[in-house]
Amino acid sequence: MTSPVLHYVEREALILRRLWRGIVFSQFISPTLYLVAMGIGLGTLVDAAGTRIDGLTYLEFVAPGLMAATVMQSSTGEALWPVLAGFKWMGFYHGMAASPMRPQDVFTGTVAWIGIRLTLSATIFLFVATILGAVLSPFGVLAIPAAVLSALALAAPLCAFSATQETDHRFALVLRFITLPMFLFSATFFPLSQLPVLLRPLAWISPLWHGVELCRDATTGSLAPGGWLMVLAHIAILCGYLALGFVWGLRAFTRRLST
Amino acid sequence: MAPAPLLVEARSLAKRFDDDFVAVDGIDFHVKQGEVFGFLGPNGAGKSSTMRLIGCVSPLSGGTLQVLGMDPTSQGPAIRARLGVVPQEDTLDTELSVVDNLIIYGRYFGISKAVLRDRAAQLLDFVQLTDRATSKVDPLSGGMKRRLTIARALINEPDLLLLDEPTTGLDPQARHLVWERLYQLKQEGVTQVLTTHYMDEAERLCDRLVIMDAGRIVDEGSPAQLIARHVTREVVELRLEHGDRDAPALTALRTSGTRTENLADRVLIYTEDGDPLVAGLLDDGLRPLSVLVRRSTLEDVFLMLTGRTLVED
Repeated sequence: MTSPVLHYVEREALILRRLWRGIVFSQFISPTLYLVAMGIGLGTLVDAAGTRIDGLTYLEFVAPGLMAATVMQSSTGEALWPVLAGFKWMGFYHGMAASPMRPQDVFTGTVAWIGIRLTLSATIFLFVATILGAVLSPFGVLAIPAAVLSALALAAPLCAFSATQETDHRFALVLRFITLPMFLFSATFFPLSQLPVLLRPLAWISPLWHGVELCRDATTGSLAPGGWLMVLAHIAILCGYLALGFVWGLRAFTRRLST
Repeated sequence: MAPAPLLVEARSLAKRFDDDFVAVDGIDFHVKQGEVFGFLGPNGAGKSSTMRLIGCVSPLSGGTLQVLGMDPTSQGPAIRARLGVVPQEDTLDTELSVVDNLIIYGRYFGISKAVLRDRAAQLLDFVQLTDRATSKVDPLSGGMKRRLTIARALINEPDLLLLDEPTTGLDPQARHLVWERLYQLKQEGVTQVLTTHYMDEAERLCDRLVIMDAGRIVDEGSPAQLIARHVTREVVELRLEHGDRDAPALTALRTSGTRTENLADRVLIYTEDGDPLVAGLLDDGLRPLSVLVRRSTLEDVFLMLTGRTLVED
């Protein structure tokens, strides 16, 4: 990491420091609500029907899915409006561009900061899930990097996309047609085997599905069918999305800040 | 005495955008150390595009440009490290307080926090914002924001200060405060490049300026030189009854070789000595609604060179 990227992170950290109590508190709310509602509320029904998914209770099954999904949700929030704000409504990206920082430093800083924020979200989620008894293995801690990686795999391209926009009109479409379907159909709430065969490939292209699978491997402490090879494949595909996001993002930020 | 070194040197500098719009159409100029150099022209003349080229946030499309002896294409970050930029639109960080705007901006230049704290305090004092140090940026008035932007541009003790329309949108009192600060910086030897469409601003601040129109430089010189070269010492402004523009007195004046200019709301007459000319017109029976004899300005120079006024509103 070059030092101009750290300067970006420093700005964000200063803003966070002012607000950190509120932010940390609010980060506890959504994991707790989701896990209680889905894992315990819905889970009681599922478990009472005698259903076990790969031998897991519903809470144990859904917790890693929710973890990857909520971390990705918050990454979407960070990659759309705040990025456009930096170009349009608040303009601080243009301030950075007038300094020795280069467009690529601004982009890398943006993604790096989102990664830091997501690590905080993921850690808090895992903490709540552990307290509720949803984490079966000490390997569960690896769900943190897994969730962050899968969220960044979406966030990096979304930052690039935001840098190409003049208004936020299309952001609602991103939420409706990308984030929401991904949230619901990435083996988050039910296994992929419940989907019609024709729809399953859609999950395979979803970065969230790869993240959910990795998180579930970690919190349950047992590998899904396919073993380590599958783990490597998930990681490779997520890194691929991240790399694409970087290529696009560096171009988009350069076009926007150096015209 | 050795000639002052050139901080900016442009030859046939051009800027075209993707849609083939030509913003800067092959201009030559240079900026000497210690001077205040201005680009005067109407909106859309290419002033801001030129500033962005000098500020190394815009790749040039043609010609050559050297800033601080370096090449903007390959040494952008190194050049920007020594520039101070006051952009036309405020890009202050609304999520940070007034003093943090200075400190965080200074960190973008890699300056240590300890140094920045001292400098920020001095600069806030300089722009008279010390009592607003911990305030948010949003509630500041337009003039305060502009002063804060100027302070921010000075945080790295730049060799060259770029000011894009530094007082556009400010009320007269706020403008005067900004002018005072810029004049003080000039006294301290800070080289400045500014754009403006206010001729009074250009006359007051600039040692030397170029007049730009439609991406080209129309002429260059000191304000006094430009006035001497293109216009007479005085200008008579007449407001007339409808139809009086071609009154015999005026027609006679024009045929005698005196330059006049018909604007929408008034007629301008260029003359070395306004009062006798007005007396003559009155003797010849002209009855204007109002008469103003004034010293000629850069606005008149611009009108002479382009046939249009600087500020259309």
